[in-house]
Amino acid sequence: MASQEDIKFLSNPNIGKQRKKYCRFKKFGIRHIDYKDPDFLAQFLNEQGKILPRRITGNSLKYQRKVSEAIKRARHLGMLPFVTDLLK
Amino acid sequence: MRHYELTFIVDPVLSNEEIQVVRQTYEDQVKKLGCKIVHVDDIGLKQLAYPINKRNSGIYYSIEFEAENGEAIAPLELAMRRDERIMRFLSIALDKFGVKYNEDKRNGLIRKTQRQRRKTKSPELVAPIAAKIPELLEEAIEPIVDEDVIL
Repeated sequence: MASQEDIKFLSNPNIGKQRKKYCRFKKFGIRHIDYKDPDFLAQFLNEQGKILPRRITGNSLKYQRKVSEAIKRARHLGMLPFVTDLLK
Repeated sequence: MRHYELTFIVDPVLSNEEIQVVRQTYEDQVKKLGCKIVHVDDIGLKQLAYPINKRNSGIYYSIEFEAENGEAIAPLELAMRRDERIMRFLSIALDKFGVKYNEDKRNGLIRKTQRQRRKTKSPELVAPIAAKIPELLEEAIEPIVDEDVIL
């Protein structure tokens, strides 16, 4: 018979636990966001080419503003689409 | 002193010499306005994300220059607006991090980000397995055929 202590770990306690989100710019010390790098900026877009909100990307407010500015510049220069389907 | 960056898209229909002329014109104009050119980035022919002036691709150039103040920007933008060879342009002022970033990029310290795609198996990985499928199928069917189960 399994004792009470063994049963505690029969299911993985890490499943279903939310990983803490973080701002990658703060974490990796990125200070400048290049508007000429559409492949990098595409990480912050959804499939329709819309900018993802902070609650999903985890960016800090300061860098979210910079990301959105860079994306808008890239759109103006035809590097990213304004509207699309199946971007990824 | 401030650093500015002027990115523009040249019409791809022009011949190579004409494109060089466009580039040279704006380089000269930047110099004539008393600015110092730091670097001219030749990004080259790129596919546009959406058609501009009924063109689907464009030749990108980016001039980074140093100027005392922003007075040089207005005449440059005016010239670009009047120029039919230029499809789009964008002039921005760089902060100190932008200047550092461009310098690092020139020295090859910043690697290009890889395009992230949906998780699909690449054809190189799938090909050898795909080639084997008929063989595997035959092997699987053989015993069934032998025993006349299909009939």
